[in-house]
Amino acid sequence: MELILGHYNYWLVIIIMMTGFYTVISRGNLIKKIVGLNIFQVSVFLLYISIGNVKDGAAPILEEGVSIYSNPLPHVLILTAIVVGVATTALGLALVVRIKEAYGTIEEEDIHKQDQSL
Amino acid sequence: MIETIVDITNLTFLTIAALAIARLRNLFAVVMLFSVFSLISAGLFVVMDAADVAFTEAAVGAGISTVLMLATLALTYSHKDKKDEHRSGHKPWLPLVVVFITGVMLIYGTSDIPGFGDPDAPAQMHVAPYYLEKSLSETGVPNVVTAVLASYRSFDTLGEVTVIFTAAIAVLLLIGGRRSSTTKNSDGA
Amino acid sequence: MKHNLILRVVSKFLIPLIFLFALYVQFHGDFGPGGGFQAGVIFSAGLILYALVFGVETAKKIIPPFVLRLLASLGVLIYAGTGIAGLILGGKYLEFGVLASTRVAGQHLGIVVVELGVGMTVMSVMLLIYFAFAERGRPQ
Repeated sequence: MELILGHYNYWLVIIIMMTGFYTVISRGNLIKKIVGLNIFQVSVFLLYISIGNVKDGAAPILEEGVSIYSNPLPHVLILTAIVVGVATTALGLALVVRIKEAYGTIEEEDIHKQDQSL
Repeated sequence: MIETIVDITNLTFLTIAALAIARLRNLFAVVMLFSVFSLISAGLFVVMDAADVAFTEAAVGAGISTVLMLATLALTYSHKDKKDEHRSGHKPWLPLVVVFITGVMLIYGTSDIPGFGDPDAPAQMHVAPYYLEKSLSETGVPNVVTAVLASYRSFDTLGEVTVIFTAAIAVLLLIGGRRSSTTKNSDGA
Repeated sequence: MKHNLILRVVSKFLIPLIFLFALYVQFHGDFGPGGGFQAGVIFSAGLILYALVFGVETAKKIIPPFVLRLLASLGVLIYAGTGIAGLILGGKYLEFGVLASTRVAGQHLGIVVVELGVGMTVMSVMLLIYFAFAERGRPQ
């Protein structure tokens, strides 16, 4: 019971992570792959923030009368990671637009067929 | 107790949204569900006392990412197409097996992590108390996350600003101009 | 969206509030949650709302793309330049303590300037990327 109470957070986050991973590797549509990659990223952020959480802690903004704070270090790392994630997503979507203009489709199998028939 | 219930409810909604995204074929619904997913995860960040992160995730995930994905949908599917993903020919047994094995190994690996919210975990031991105690006297800024981001770990933030600037340059190089008339698929645009 | 009266009226109410909130988040990043990134994204969200309701051409008249490119580069330069200012005034690169008379005041000044640079860059980058996506499908 102690194990479940202490770890349910991590297990649910791992389930979300695996769902995102499955979407990336098994679906053929490029936009869906990018959405799956974003789901994977968000679940990794959740994992880090769960590690930094302290029971009965407050947000790490110093004020009078509060003595227990949550760990500020994962927050800093994840802030950077979120912004880098949106940069990667924007770039991936720009590549999808160019692929559509070059091949006429964004399904992975049709792109492979067009490449192999060259 | 109530915090645990809110936590589990949010995580359950997140899991349901993620599974629905994997199963749905209509791409418009997938993008909208992704926006819902981002917003619920921002709420989860607030429950876990990460105010700055929740702010950024809500603005970036439910705002910018969704708008860019909808713009890509508009650019890649013309008005009369059904915005559906094609049904693939082969069954996804190998990806399912890989995902299952990876998930089982990860869950087995997390049995050693200290429990959720433990104040004696190694993550709370070494650097974090220094930042919490010293940041007000050394930088004069009560928001510890901003102090660490802009002063203690300033190099990382410089790198991050450069990364986002580089992303803008790359996107402008790729799709900066109007569409040229020599592309293969100019369908009456 | 010329025929959508409700959207036009409501966004005319909301967009100044969004800008005001973005400026609040930027300058109160020291005392509450917030900072450069959040402020930049919220500001660009307000402008994207304007571009969605009133058209990309009108939005480009308000803030032409060369101004955006200038602002993006200026933000990165302000950040790197604060580091160089630390070098010139005798400390190490990105050492904020030497920028003002006392060490704490210098750190505070450095943090405010750096967050300003970050906010400018993030705002212009988000808007540049949106304009690039919105303009791609139009014929010449």
